[in-house]
Amino acid sequence: MMKAGLQEFSELTSEDCRMSWLFDNFDLVAELTLNHAALSFTPIFLGFVIALVLGWTANRWLLFRSWIIAGGSILYTIPSLPLFVILPYILGTRITDERNIIVALTIYALAILIRTVAEAFAAVPTDAIEASRAIGYSSWNRFWHVEFPLAGPVLLAGLRVVSASTIALVSVGAIIGSANLGYLFTNGKQRDFLEMILIGIGASFLIALVFDILLVLLGRLLMPWNKRTSLITNGRRILSSKGA
Amino acid sequence: MQFFLDALRWLTDPANYVAGSVSPLPIQDRVAEHLWYTFVSVLIATLIALPLGLFIGHTGRGRQFVIGFTGAMRALPTLGLLMALFLIVGSTVPFTQAAFVASIIALVILAIPSILAGGYAGVESVDPQTVDSGRAIGMTEMQILLRIEIPLSLPLIIAGIRAATLQVIATTVIASYISLGGLGAIIASGIGLYDNERILGGAILVTVLALVVDGFLAILQRLTTIRGSSQALPKKQNVRRRSHGSTAVAVKAVDERKEYVQSKK
Repeated sequence: MMKAGLQEFSELTSEDCRMSWLFDNFDLVAELTLNHAALSFTPIFLGFVIALVLGWTANRWLLFRSWIIAGGSILYTIPSLPLFVILPYILGTRITDERNIIVALTIYALAILIRTVAEAFAAVPTDAIEASRAIGYSSWNRFWHVEFPLAGPVLLAGLRVVSASTIALVSVGAIIGSANLGYLFTNGKQRDFLEMILIGIGASFLIALVFDILLVLLGRLLMPWNKRTSLITNGRRILSSKGA
Repeated sequence: MQFFLDALRWLTDPANYVAGSVSPLPIQDRVAEHLWYTFVSVLIATLIALPLGLFIGHTGRGRQFVIGFTGAMRALPTLGLLMALFLIVGSTVPFTQAAFVASIIALVILAIPSILAGGYAGVESVDPQTVDSGRAIGMTEMQILLRIEIPLSLPLIIAGIRAATLQVIATTVIASYISLGGLGAIIASGIGLYDNERILGGAILVTVLALVVDGFLAILQRLTTIRGSSQALPKKQNVRRRSHGSTAVAVKAVDERKEYVQSKK
């Protein structure tokens, strides 16, 4: 009897304040969303730049290739929460420091991208590279004007995967006290407040959508000859995603 | 470094393995729980997603659905899904079982996209000529699926299950936050007690567990690869090895760029 009564009460109140909670706390949600987006951007960017360097190196020197790719897949295997709590010991940071999250997510972004980058450069047609060599491109120019543009579509597909999974992973950081949308999940659970969690999930999806659209637009801008960006995908790329 | 030595000492301390000690000990029980949750979730997800993935791969229907679905699911925050399900399930199921039921549902949902994509991508990767020759010698569609497509796509099917398993192992750690057992409980209690040895020890245990299970599935994936098939990778690789999909994309990019340059002239 008592339990049923309580349940009705809690349903009533949450029904009541479903919309008004978002309006009353719009500033909080907006702040968490912005912080979430900022926390996601750095690892995506850093991961891409480092993966570009390592992936290109891996492709250039056979010896590094298997080592770098194997290293990437081992890093990728480490679950996120354990990595968040191990990093402070390695970096000497405090456990609540957001730098731990940034470093951990950069590692994951790197782990996913490194294989993509190596494959993207490996798939650049040898003819194109030899032609550029024949007309006297330096290796720096060859990278920027031949290899990078031709690897572009595959790199972009990899970046989109990393963007989505990084944004989803940031919220785990809330367990160790980071102020992002994950806070709505942990706090919503403590307060038995489902709408708060759903708003958090919605906002997280929104960030992922905006990032994805920006990446596609960036791809169209940089690679206008490549018309069908959104359809690029293959089996392995579908499989690579980092859950938690 | 000292932290790691302390954690290793904690991991090798026989006192942490005594049966019937206070939760989250003994360690072996938590390892067993973790493996059990992982096994149950991946099994249920496979039963749901694999037939669907094979169907989509075989018929080619719903291809866009798989690509869109796996893409969207990647953006789903696991922590939010767990918490939301915990509250939803908690209002109907007794509290003692809510954590288990909610976690398994969440883990199954998270495991489905990878397995679905693995099944679909596997069947799709089979050479159409091989399928057609099966059809030419009078195989039924079911025989083509069971005797040609599934054996040839086994490595990719297992790759999908492997990706899903890794994700489930990692998410099970987080599920300790809604009071599920498993190795996450060790880390959670360590965070609660400010016990560094326990946090680090638990984290090392999960990582090793993930690496071992992943290694096992990687071997299985290698064993099921039929020599000479398009998925079999030669031992010594050329530096500029051309991988299937990427080449297609890059070659197309070259053509399209040529067209573009010409259209600009």
